[in-house]
Amino acid sequence: MSTKTPAQSRPLSPFMLGQYYRFQWSSLLSFGHRITGIGLSLGTLLLAIWLIAIAGGPQWYGALAPHLHAWYGQLLLICWTWALMYHLCNGIRHLFWDIGRGFDLKTAERSGYVMVVSSLILTAAVWVVAHLA
Amino acid sequence: MAKTSEDLRSPLSRARGLGSAKDGVHHFWVQRVSALALVPLALWFAFSVAMLATGPADYYAVHYWVSAPSVAVVLVLFLATALYHSVLGVQEVIVDYAVGSLRLTLLLISKLLHAVIAAAAIFAVLKIALA
Repeated sequence: MSTKTPAQSRPLSPFMLGQYYRFQWSSLLSFGHRITGIGLSLGTLLLAIWLIAIAGGPQWYGALAPHLHAWYGQLLLICWTWALMYHLCNGIRHLFWDIGRGFDLKTAERSGYVMVVSSLILTAAVWVVAHLA
Repeated sequence: MAKTSEDLRSPLSRARGLGSAKDGVHHFWVQRVSALALVPLALWFAFSVAMLATGPADYYAVHYWVSAPSVAVVLVLFLATALYHSVLGVQEVIVDYAVGSLRLTLLLISKLLHAVIAAAAIFAVLKIALA
C-alpha cells in the first residue's frame, strides 16, 4: 500500500467543526464524546502505573503519591472525573438513541444540555462527598 | 430493504447477516454491552478514586483498600471491561480518520498497548490481593 489507490484520493466530507458547516451544539458534544473517550483511554495508562506502584511496595508508591496529592495531580483527577462523567452521561444518551428514542432535533438538543449539566453535577458530587466523608 | 430480485447476496449470506467486514453487528453490540456494564463500575471507581485522593497519602491505606477481596474482584472487572470498551472505541476513531498503512499501524499499536495495559494492571491488582 505504498501508492494511493483512487479510493484513497477521493475527496472526504469536511470535518464537522470549522468553516464548512453552521455551528451546532450537538456536533460539538459529539466531538466531546470522542475527545473524552481518547482522554480516558490514555488515563488507563496512568491507572496501570498507579496499580503497579502499589504492587511495587511503599518505595514505588512513595515516588508517585506526592504527585497525586499535589495541586496538579488533584486537578488532573478532577478533569479525569469530569471526562468520565461526560462520557458516561453522553453514553447513556447514545444508548437511548440506539433504541430509537429522543432522536428528534429538539429532544436531542435538550438532552445535550441535560447531559452536560448532569456530568458537572456528578463530578462535583463525587468530590464534595469524598471531601466530607 | 432491497427486493429479493435486486439483492445480489446469496440467501445464506443474507441469513448470516455478517456483511463485507465479516463480523456483522458484533463490534456495535459488544461496545454497547460493555458500556452498560461500565455504568455502575465507573461510578464506583470514580468515587473510590476521589475518596483515596482526598484521604491521607498513606501507602498502607491504599494497599489495604485494593487487597480487600470485594474491591479486588470489582477492580479486575472494571479494568477488563474498561480496557475492552476502550480498544473498541479507539478502533472506531482510528478507522474514521486514518487510511491505508497508517490505519493498520495505528490499529496494531492500539491493540498491543491495550493488551499490555490490561495485563499489567490486572496482574498488579492480583499481586496486591494475593500477597
